[in-house]
Amino acid sequence: MLLFYSFLFCGFICLIGQIILDNTKLTPGHITSMFVVIGVLLDTFNIYDKIIKVVGGGASLPITSFGHLLVHGALSEAKKMGIIGIFNGVLKFCSAGIVAAILFSFIFTIIFKPRD
Amino acid sequence: MKNIKYELIANSHKAPEHRIRNSFVAFMSGGFMGFLAELIIEALCNWFNISRTESSTYMIIIFIFFACLFTALGFFDKWVNHLRCGLIIPITGFAHSMMSSSLDYKREGPIYGIGSNMFHLAGSVIIYGVVAAFIFGLIRYLGGIQ
Repeated sequence: MLLFYSFLFCGFICLIGQIILDNTKLTPGHITSMFVVIGVLLDTFNIYDKIIKVVGGGASLPITSFGHLLVHGALSEAKKMGIIGIFNGVLKFCSAGIVAAILFSFIFTIIFKPRD
Repeated sequence: MKNIKYELIANSHKAPEHRIRNSFVAFMSGGFMGFLAELIIEALCNWFNISRTESSTYMIIIFIFFACLFTALGFFDKWVNHLRCGLIIPITGFAHSMMSSSLDYKREGPIYGIGSNMFHLAGSVIIYGVVAAFIFGLIRYLGGIQ
């Protein structure tokens, strides 16, 4: 059942993005930045955790989960260290994604030639 | 007067946009990506006996790996042109933008090409995410964490 729910949720997020892309003049860059901020907003009020519990992996794939991880890291460090913990912990959980993206794109840029 | 005429002529030559078909394609492809993500998480949980949070991190790394590889091989761009938001909104769009901008600027050298242009498109996601997360984290901290 989790498989079906994650199909519906991830498809729904992509559908909203496509509707915004078709009907306004915003570029994909605008839309992804907007969705990250929406993810941050949802996690500030503890909504995104509940969504992940219900739909499973489909909620941790879209770019909104990036914002959720940013706030999550900030709050978990802020519990231990106070305000300086926010500085320490913002990139705590999502650094896996950023490091993987930098590493793989560097390696593949070295190996492959650009095509037109 | 001239502008109105120009607009009329330009509009009549615009390619027709199939908005409903685009939305349907984005829904199906995005849903398929979510289905695949949940499948990978459950498979990793069962095979290696690791927790769900750990395996979702592995899942994100696997998706980024394949997005980078397919972009480097050259056919991910065509998929993005057809499926649009179905591939841009998932984490694959982030990896695709980093990979394609670093490939584009490869000929300008390792420092001023790859190094300074890798975050050419993807930087906005990180910057706005970090700023928003800091502000809302501060509000949440000052308001008291449950």
